[in-house]
Amino acid sequence: MAGLSIERVSKRFGEHTAVDALSLDIAPGEFVALLGPSGCGKTTMLRMLAGFESLSAGEIRLGGRTLASHERQLPPEQRNMAMVFQSYALWPHMSVADNVGYPLKLRRVSGEVYRQRLAQALELVGLSSYAERSPQDLSGGQRQRVALARCLVTDPDVVLLDEPLANLDRHLRASMEQSFRDFHRRTRATLVYVTHDQGEAMALADRIAVMRDGRLEQWATPETLYRQPRTAWVAGFIGQGSLLYAAAGEPGVRLEEADLMRGLAAVVAERTQPLLVRPEHISVLADAPSGQGLPAWVEGGTFRGERYELHLRLASGEALLAYHPVALDEGQPVEVVLREGWCLERDSQ
Amino acid sequence: MASGLTASGQQRWLLTLLMVTIVALSLVPSLRLLLEALGDLAQGSESPLWRVLQAESTWRAVWRSLYTSGLGMLIALLLGSLFAFVITLTDIRGKAWLVFCFMLPMMIPPQVTALSWLQLFGPASPLLKSIGMAPPLGSPQPLYSAEGIALLLGIQSAPLVFLALRTSLLSLPRELVEAARISGARQSQVWGQIILPVTRGGLGAGGAMAFISSLGNFGIPAMLGIPAGYYVLPTLIYQRMASFGTGVLAEMASLSLLIGVLALVGVALQQAWMKRSRFGLVGHSGRAHDFSLGHWRGGVTALLVALLLAILVAPLAALVVSSLVPAVGVPLNLETVTLNAYHEVIGRQGATWRAVRNSLWLSGGAALLLMLCSLPLAYRVQRLPPRWQSLALSAIELPYALPGVVLAVACILLFVRPVPLVNVALYGTLGLIFVAYLARFLVVCLKPVAAGLGQLDPSLEEAAQLAGAGPWRRLAGIVLPLVAPALFAGGLLVFLLAVNELTVSALLWSAGNETLGVLIFNLAEGGESVLAAALSVLVVAMVAALMLCLSLLAKHLPKGVIPWQG
Repeated sequence: MAGLSIERVSKRFGEHTAVDALSLDIAPGEFVALLGPSGCGKTTMLRMLAGFESLSAGEIRLGGRTLASHERQLPPEQRNMAMVFQSYALWPHMSVADNVGYPLKLRRVSGEVYRQRLAQALELVGLSSYAERSPQDLSGGQRQRVALARCLVTDPDVVLLDEPLANLDRHLRASMEQSFRDFHRRTRATLVYVTHDQGEAMALADRIAVMRDGRLEQWATPETLYRQPRTAWVAGFIGQGSLLYAAAGEPGVRLEEADLMRGLAAVVAERTQPLLVRPEHISVLADAPSGQGLPAWVEGGTFRGERYELHLRLASGEALLAYHPVALDEGQPVEVVLREGWCLERDSQ
Repeated sequence: MASGLTASGQQRWLLTLLMVTIVALSLVPSLRLLLEALGDLAQGSESPLWRVLQAESTWRAVWRSLYTSGLGMLIALLLGSLFAFVITLTDIRGKAWLVFCFMLPMMIPPQVTALSWLQLFGPASPLLKSIGMAPPLGSPQPLYSAEGIALLLGIQSAPLVFLALRTSLLSLPRELVEAARISGARQSQVWGQIILPVTRGGLGAGGAMAFISSLGNFGIPAMLGIPAGYYVLPTLIYQRMASFGTGVLAEMASLSLLIGVLALVGVALQQAWMKRSRFGLVGHSGRAHDFSLGHWRGGVTALLVALLLAILVAPLAALVVSSLVPAVGVPLNLETVTLNAYHEVIGRQGATWRAVRNSLWLSGGAALLLMLCSLPLAYRVQRLPPRWQSLALSAIELPYALPGVVLAVACILLFVRPVPLVNVALYGTLGLIFVAYLARFLVVCLKPVAAGLGQLDPSLEEAAQLAGAGPWRRLAGIVLPLVAPALFAGGLLVFLLAVNELTVSALLWSAGNETLGVLIFNLAEGGESVLAAALSVLVVAMVAALMLCLSLLAKHLPKGVIPWQG
């Protein structure tokens, strides 16, 4: 197993810079997600890893081997990688078994070893009885699993996944997420997973690279991304929460209740530090004013089953999202107590 | 509201009437032919069909047709797939020019192709004489042979293979190739194990189209085969008609039926093949796959350019050289070079002007009339249930799918006597050729329009309807402007094909009513190859100019309307 390192990689299409000096160090066996809205350059980055796109600058290395640099790049077939495509890319003129076995044939594996590894791969994705079917006869989830089996049959160094769940319905997604986790646990291959769905990334990945306009916004574990987002943009992209300004703290600091409430009570001109407050850290006091919290009123509420999401408006005019066990009337005055907040860097854009 | 209903009802009836009439008229020639060929079966072994089937000459011609077309198809497959694969899949430079030059032979009339090749080889070749490489007098012309015919048929129909294969290559999802690359397949393996199997439908279809088109080709076997006494089915019919006139019509109908059946079997095989190898392909398509040729690029480019030099430039150069010498057999040099042939063709030959005028009238008139019919026809056909729609389109396509001689014989059968009721005699007039052109080229004009209509979002028309536009207003104000480029392109294609048409006109012309295609053919047949060459040079220049015009239109047209632009 070898680690994958991406060093200041850029990709320009004419005037447009799709990927801008991106650097990532991926440990062997790590499950990594590239996350960002569409057009952020994540798929371009993946295609550069695979070798389908050339680099405008920078270098990609796998272990000690340079896969690609500005001058030279290894063709995809020599990288010992595998990829699951959004459209599955199963060859329509081959059976399921032939699709899965094709990478083995290319590596001149034949005879008993071939049959054994093919059977193993099909077994792993639970498609042993479908070996002789044509890919057209399979459902979306089954096709996805064929594509997965094709990836694992050769023990690739790196497996690339390009929005593999985008074409599936919600129920299938949950079970496929489980398949990916199993797949990773058994193979311990390095996985690079591209998605625009933060839920998917948070559920699957060991570490997530959040991308925006071709640049890396933050590179961290899901927990860190959720608890300690670097910028307001990342905070807005991952999970729910509200952006407030306080006269306390500095970027990268957690404010506890006392400091936070004091900082929020200051006059507007002094409240310059942006901070993120997650709804689970807000207590809503719906009863008569007690003077403990900040005054606010209810602008609306959404029923979410286990609780209500309340859209509140503070006296300062800032919006605030909170959870509450019961519904409240529109326009009802309440008080809120904020138990903690995370200070963000000021957004450059 | 009531008036709106009647207007739309009236429009529907008018359109339906138009459609039914056109579809019926498209079927009439084939039915008349069938009637003639099968009509006298009761006479038993004396019936024309039976006599034709028993004649040795028939089966010899069938075999020769199959042999030349089959060999031609193989050559077309070889050339067409080489160009399609290289131009569509690799990073070769100058793709647009390569495509244009490769497509040009398809648009050059076959008798001109044959003439130019004849000028390239043989002891009398002005080009070979000029560079001192002509074989000695009396040595045979290598092209007067089955293989010569097949070679030219192959070159003429190679663009059909190219187009069919290019279409299926462009619809090949990029991911299928990338998945193979990342599985560890080299470029050559990807090509052999993924691309070729997945696009075999396009390859098969292209091959079948090349075969059918070669089977119906008249100009090439006429120019190369008749001097050698090598008759294929279309030339056999032509020769019999030329010698015996309308007296042998019943037998000619039977022969036409035979060749028509052969062509339709080809069409059926092609469609069965397409159906069998059609895959539901998903993924991003429409983009060429950039196989990098690396250091091979220079070599591959040189190969393609050399092939184009051999199949296009050399024969055309021979044609130009032939048109500049004072007489056949004189080498071209600074003393002999002369424009006399052009003076003769343009200035003195009354027949030239007459033929040019006839051809321009015929093709211009056909193009205009077909443009007028195509929009309402396509509009109505598009609103048919899918089953009826494909039936109607097949009926309209029939006169174009069948070899030209078949349509010509059918038209003679239909109009040899004055048309009943109106009592107009068309036989022996330009009118007969005009009617035949209308039947043959309707589908050429209709297809781009139908493609354009198919791309229109129905909501555009619905919005106009809600805004209060009646049916005719919508057709004129919304639909027409949006499909106008496609309509215009269809008309231009009809003009391009009709102005050089030979197969149908060769059987239908009469003194004073010759067309441009017939004139070139007659000049070449009569040994006036210098004059024929001069006229051919002018025709090729016109074809190339018209093709360039269409290319300039291309960006306003739906994809696939212009044959030589993917």
